Amino acid sequence: MFSYCADPSLLSGMSWLSCYLTTGKHAAFYVSFGTVLLLLAITAPAALAFGFAGASAARSRVWPVNWIGKGYIAVVRGVPDIAFFLFFVIALDQMFEWARHKVKCPDWDQPIRQGNDFVVCQAAKLPLGESPQWVHEAYGFSLAVLTFAIVFGAFAANVLFGAMRAVPRAQLETAEAYGMSRRQTFWRILVPQMWVFALPGLSNLWMVLIKATPLLFLLGVEDIVYWARELGGTANPRFTEYPHGDWRMWYFFVLLVFYLGFTKFSEFFLERLMQKLTHGQATTGGEAQRKADA
Amino acid sequence: MKKLVLATSALALSASMAMAMDVVRLGTEGAYPPWNFINDAGEVDGFERELGDELCKRAELTCEWVTNEWDSIIPNLVSGNYDAIIAGMSITDERDEVIDFTQNYTQPDPSSYLAMSADADVTGGVVAAQAGTIQASHIASSGATLVEFATPEETIAAVRNGEADAVLADKSYLNPIAAEDDSLMLLEQDELLGGGVGMGVRESDGELKAKFDAAIQSMKDDGSLNDLITKWEIGETF
Repeated sequence: MFSYCADPSLLSGMSWLSCYLTTGKHAAFYVSFGTVLLLLAITAPAALAFGFAGASAARSRVWPVNWIGKGYIAVVRGVPDIAFFLFFVIALDQMFEWARHKVKCPDWDQPIRQGNDFVVCQAAKLPLGESPQWVHEAYGFSLAVLTFAIVFGAFAANVLFGAMRAVPRAQLETAEAYGMSRRQTFWRILVPQMWVFALPGLSNLWMVLIKATPLLFLLGVEDIVYWARELGGTANPRFTEYPHGDWRMWYFFVLLVFYLGFTKFSEFFLERLMQKLTHGQATTGGEAQRKADA
Repeated sequence: MKKLVLATSALALSASMAMAMDVVRLGTEGAYPPWNFINDAGEVDGFERELGDELCKRAELTCEWVTNEWDSIIPNLVSGNYDAIIAGMSITDERDEVIDFTQNYTQPDPSSYLAMSADADVTGGVVAAQAGTIQASHIASSGATLVEFATPEETIAAVRNGEADAVLADKSYLNPIAAEDDSLMLLEQDELLGGGVGMGVRESDGELKAKFDAAIQSMKDDGSLNDLITKWEIGETF
């Protein structure tokens, strides 16, 4: 990076550190912070959408929809995350490729499953074998987002399902008395009021999601914990220009600060959101706000 | 002039597409120097990087490097996330049931014990190894207590902090560590495990296996494989 970095063995102190912290390997470490933040930014709304769909399905009076909703919540919540990540992502990837294979290569005569191998024609590969590395990475990343969204969506569905039931019955009955249909009651009365009951549970989920991102490496996405471990491990002078001992403690300390700072920031933001949602609600919090204003 | 630029860029594009048709993705661990590791620039480096690049050149393939955790390196090969494993993987019968190996590109490398003191008890004590390695299965079948770790780095750390009496790993991996750290030493006793290191490919991928086999053979024949082995201090030459 800097011109004086040509021979790091001659450097010491701050100039050594400035060179050390600007190596390509460290750049990858810094980029991985962006990866994690991007994952959170996409996964959180996606999981919420899955959760909302799941909760709505679980409330449905049509029994197949109801079963799907309840089944989704029960199964995904019950399976350990790590098993889900290892098994499900590979299965999901194979399902996509299998579907594409059926469409694109109808004349293929060999079996798709050959012992342990999963073999589809070249045109069905996802991403295509000839695509550049970044396509593979983007594909892996979107699989990760989808898996996270499904897992956390199930928990969010359960939270939202409970929140929907926590909305005072009187509110819904009043809506019916005004002649609103079930659909109108759901969208105009139930949904706007449920968030205040859902938020404590959802904020918990958000905190868990922030800390669950190291699971990314199971999916081949190099996240901050992977790089911290990689950079912090003993650097043998034969294989690097910047030898050092076991510095993992320092790298993990940086992660600690990052995660604590991030959760603190989230808490601050969620607190503000809670105050906003409480406004005018038929809860003790809303009542307290009303009295304070009066 | 504009047309010329367009034409050349179209040409360059189609050329790069034609070249990219035969991309073979090589999966490695990136945490096992001198075999494979991530260098200061954040790229895969080491004996297997140089070997893999040379093999791909000889087999006229375009290769790309992918890193993957050791634990899931075989499942990801089998499901097609990359096309070959080149990660210091010894050829064993158990692995051979799941995947295919090319011919070996190193001699069977003796495994050794690294410990804090020369009288460490490796038959009755606690011995660390990386999970899913031939060393781990060897300790499991001996009398010692096995502690497994996901990465090689953690097995060394376990010896440094006293959690394990010794670590069993490839000698070529432990040698540079022992040389740079005065508190650690290699024990006299070696274990001969495995049948050399080869590249892993899917069982259904006979064509790729044949290409790499031929490339490895040509490197063995002209001695360039031996040069690489000597350069990276991997062990015995052919």
